[in-house]
Amino acid sequence: MKCDFCENKATVFLTQLVEGQMKKVCLCDGCAKERGVTDPTGFSLADLLLGGLPGGPGTVTGNTSQVPSGNGKKCPTCSFTLDDLRRVRRFGCSDCYGTFGEEVSQMVRGMHKGTSHIGKVPEGLMALQFRSQRIEELRSRLDQAIASESYEEAAGIRDEIRNLDEVRS
Amino acid sequence: MMRFSTLIKHPADWMAGGQGDHGAVLTSRIRLARNLRRHPFPGWAKRDQRAAALDLMRPAVEALPAMKGAFSHELGDLTSVQKQVLVERHLISREHAARGDGSAAVIERRQTFSLMLNEEDHLRMQAIRPGLQLTAAFNALSELDTELESSLEFAFDPTLGYLTTCPTNLGTGLRASAMLHLPGLVLSDQIGQVLQAVNKIGLAVRGLYGEGTESLGNLYQISNQSTLGESEETIIRRLERVISQVANHEQNAREKLVEDDPEMVSDKIGRAYGVLRHAHIIDSKEALNHLSLLRLGGTLGFFPEETIVLCDSLLMDIQPAHLQLHSGRKLSPEERDSIRAEILRSRLHSLHSPHIRISTNEDQKSSDPTNPGDA
Repeated sequence: MKCDFCENKATVFLTQLVEGQMKKVCLCDGCAKERGVTDPTGFSLADLLLGGLPGGPGTVTGNTSQVPSGNGKKCPTCSFTLDDLRRVRRFGCSDCYGTFGEEVSQMVRGMHKGTSHIGKVPEGLMALQFRSQRIEELRSRLDQAIASESYEEAAGIRDEIRNLDEVRS
Repeated sequence: MMRFSTLIKHPADWMAGGQGDHGAVLTSRIRLARNLRRHPFPGWAKRDQRAAALDLMRPAVEALPAMKGAFSHELGDLTSVQKQVLVERHLISREHAARGDGSAAVIERRQTFSLMLNEEDHLRMQAIRPGLQLTAAFNALSELDTELESSLEFAFDPTLGYLTTCPTNLGTGLRASAMLHLPGLVLSDQIGQVLQAVNKIGLAVRGLYGEGTESLGNLYQISNQSTLGESEETIIRRLERVISQVANHEQNAREKLVEDDPEMVSDKIGRAYGVLRHAHIIDSKEALNHLSLLRLGGTLGFFPEETIVLCDSLLMDIQPAHLQLHSGRKLSPEERDSIRAEILRSRLHSLHSPHIRISTNEDQKSSDPTNPGDA
């Protein structure tokens, strides 16, 4: 088998799950050393594949199809553009996640076990998140109450939501 | 401030003992990715923006009680050999080592915590522990993270969690991994099957595959791939469960090998011992593979138990940058191979020949009465 990067015989075979897809890279000794894959502790395959080394296998893994075609969006905080996103598949700053919200949800789908965060929250934000979770819970109870025509209960739930909403804003 | 030589002089706490789990799990590592709000990510930031982020983070990190008297340097201040030594010790990433001014490494004295500033994310924090201790490592690192929250404002979104440069790290920003030594599974040809199963449940196996089956030194790394949609505890619990199962398989494979084919096992370990004790030119691949067998011999009672720790520290010490640090100069690959052999010979000098444990049924019958002490 030939090396993915040059014409030499491949001696190093690297397999890894990247974004939920099995990726295989075949390298010759020289290319493996050059790209730092001889270190068994390295986390470098993702970079090798996603970093899009010119001519490397990362450029043909086909993930680019997940990003929809451009509409000239640009992050107001850091000037990162949709083209930049398509090129590096990384973001410019934390506000980009708001700017490119649509693209984010498409990229994230299938990448992880879920699409919304469960787990640690910075402490100041804890109270805020607890409140939004509580509101969500109440909303689904409200829907149920309306569906079962328990209007009195529904009114009570609606008031509770209104109270929490006021505290939040 | 701690000097490089002081940091590196002593083996890390996590290198000094990989027992438990029959030595199959060498180390556990936890990494958390965090970013500052309103600051462009390091890869996109302009020079002065990177410097501004660093100026904000570095004092906050250095002020952590756990990081008192830590090694803290900008990467531009370190030589390439020094940076490479840190990579070989898993204290900084290969990507981080490629950086210069504007990026820094802050490493706790005992090398159990290391923080990379302005890596791909503003902060990549890492905790390492010997053996299978992902939960303990996570708890310690999470405490550090919580302390930092009081002085730094991290980018966080209620739906997407901690916001990271690359969406593959969103959510918890957590990468938990363990380094495993699996010679039993390799020798008994079960490794492919086991790794495939691990892969199937969404965990990544990294390692270097030579010709499809073998890996360098029979070392493998198992880590989580998904960071969003599950809590840290869930991710770590699953990983710990899978890793102990693999470690169990490894133990069974070792026992079965000794039972089924003791001659093959003795031959492999004996040859590895012979080569390492007497070679004068040895490249790192050959050395790693023989050290792996020597380590196996340590766990099977062919050598005294302390041989395991000796192998683990040699694993590090024979790597290229460590050799160059040891010699105090740049070495050609040929020079490295002979210095590597020299170090191996001297460190293994007092290791006695393997206590070979071949015992067929006939042997036991005939030797038991004469050698009751061996029974």
